[in-house]
Amino acid sequence: MKHPALWRAGIAAGLVLALELLCRTGVINAFTMIPPSKMLVALAEMIRHANWFWADARYTFQNVAAAIVLSIVPGFLIGLVIHAVPRLRRVLNPVLLSYYSVPTFVFYPLLIVIFGIGQLSLTIMGAMFGVVAMISSTLTAIDRIPRVYGKVARVMRIDRWRTALRITLPAATPHLFTGVKLAVAYSVIGVIAGEFILATAGLGRRLSLSFNEFDNATMYGLILLISIVVAIINGVLQRWEARIYRRWYRT
Amino acid sequence: MSADVHVTLAAVTRVYPAHSGHAAVQALGPIDFSLRRGEFVGVVGPSGCGKSTLLEIVAGLAMPTTGTVTFEGAPVRQQVPDGVGVVFQEDATFPWLTVRDNVAFGLQRAGVDAAEITRRVDDAIAFMGLNAFRTAYPSQLSGGMRQRVCIARTLVLRPRLILLDEPFGALDQQTRLLMGEELLRLWRETGATVMLITHALDEAAMLSDRVAVMSSRPGRFISELETHWPRERDSRIVSEPGFGLFTSRLWELIRDESRKALGIA
Repeated sequence: MKHPALWRAGIAAGLVLALELLCRTGVINAFTMIPPSKMLVALAEMIRHANWFWADARYTFQNVAAAIVLSIVPGFLIGLVIHAVPRLRRVLNPVLLSYYSVPTFVFYPLLIVIFGIGQLSLTIMGAMFGVVAMISSTLTAIDRIPRVYGKVARVMRIDRWRTALRITLPAATPHLFTGVKLAVAYSVIGVIAGEFILATAGLGRRLSLSFNEFDNATMYGLILLISIVVAIINGVLQRWEARIYRRWYRT
Repeated sequence: MSADVHVTLAAVTRVYPAHSGHAAVQALGPIDFSLRRGEFVGVVGPSGCGKSTLLEIVAGLAMPTTGTVTFEGAPVRQQVPDGVGVVFQEDATFPWLTVRDNVAFGLQRAGVDAAEITRRVDDAIAFMGLNAFRTAYPSQLSGGMRQRVCIARTLVLRPRLILLDEPFGALDQQTRLLMGEELLRLWRETGATVMLITHALDEAAMLSDRVAVMSSRPGRFISELETHWPRERDSRIVSEPGFGLFTSRLWELIRDESRKALGIA
């Protein structure tokens, strides 16, 4: 198929248009969903006039950014250690594989008890969601590094730390993107959902309030905003990934 | 030990221990062998006879189960000694680095100053004919050129012993011949001792001063043949009448061992 990006954009535009028509013609009632065009207007109004908007947005995206960093950096380092100790990997593998079958939110009350209602609990909640995806991705990425690189490092007598930093990390980079993208998505889910359940500020809390007050304009405006931000982050990561693949493999 | 001897292997064996219901496997040896300083030695043998294991043991990348390896009089123990360079069969270029950065990689690690790195890297790139590709990435190069990058990366470290594990195994015949010429030039100009592992008898015959023939597993040396080629040789040596006789002799020595390795009676 020629121009897949155009096709994607066309399909997305078609779906938005269909939703707009379904909402405008009353097939989907206004109590359930507002038309996409109204979501956009609501979002613009919110950004311009809502006095809570920037404070809540800053609060949420700070938590999300911290959760992403806490997912990716420790996730990569833990992955490195687990990969370096095969026995540890054999022990932890079932835990890693079944991690997402456990509802991580059951630990949120515990985090609130320990850290209180605030940014730390939310950040840890987000990181708990993302870190295992990053660990698993790191393990897969290192598995895919040609073994000969390890031999080259030994021939050049490079110590393990420098090997990890200067060979393992760059060699694993293209394969780490899956983990990074998942870590971003899971961190956003963890933070927004945490705020939705119990928080003193943040877009997730505002989403919860608007949901309880039947304020569809604010609710859908916020959903649209969060979706756009996540799509932009994913788009940037995808472009970066594609650029690396092009340079490395000429594909 | 004679000052002429550069590397020695004494009673070297390699046994892979039993695991998961599989019996222990003796992959190699016992091997007693030595490399003279500055000579070019080819090692040939049937598939699976332990040629690459032997190279890894000499390099210090693997430990022998029994026996000792010495390089310049010092025992080789689980670390690649200073002065040893290895070129592998696999593409070992780093795709995230340009040709220049690939070649400079080991020098940057070794703490060599920037001016010296530039000088050595420029020399190695020019020597391997990669001047036009210094800012290219490996993905923009052919297989033969990537292998030249790997050789240049080894060359800048000024190894006194160069170990080559089927470095041209993935290349076509013409490229192999030309790469062989480059290798001979490198050997003459650096004065390094070279050990080449190869399954190609003609390659071993063309490049080597001496060819050592290994048996099927467990790999042992069953014969050594001196080629008596002049030091100033190139790929045209393959058209010499003696070349065919030499490779025929190698094939005679290796044929039965190859049949054994393949399970042909």
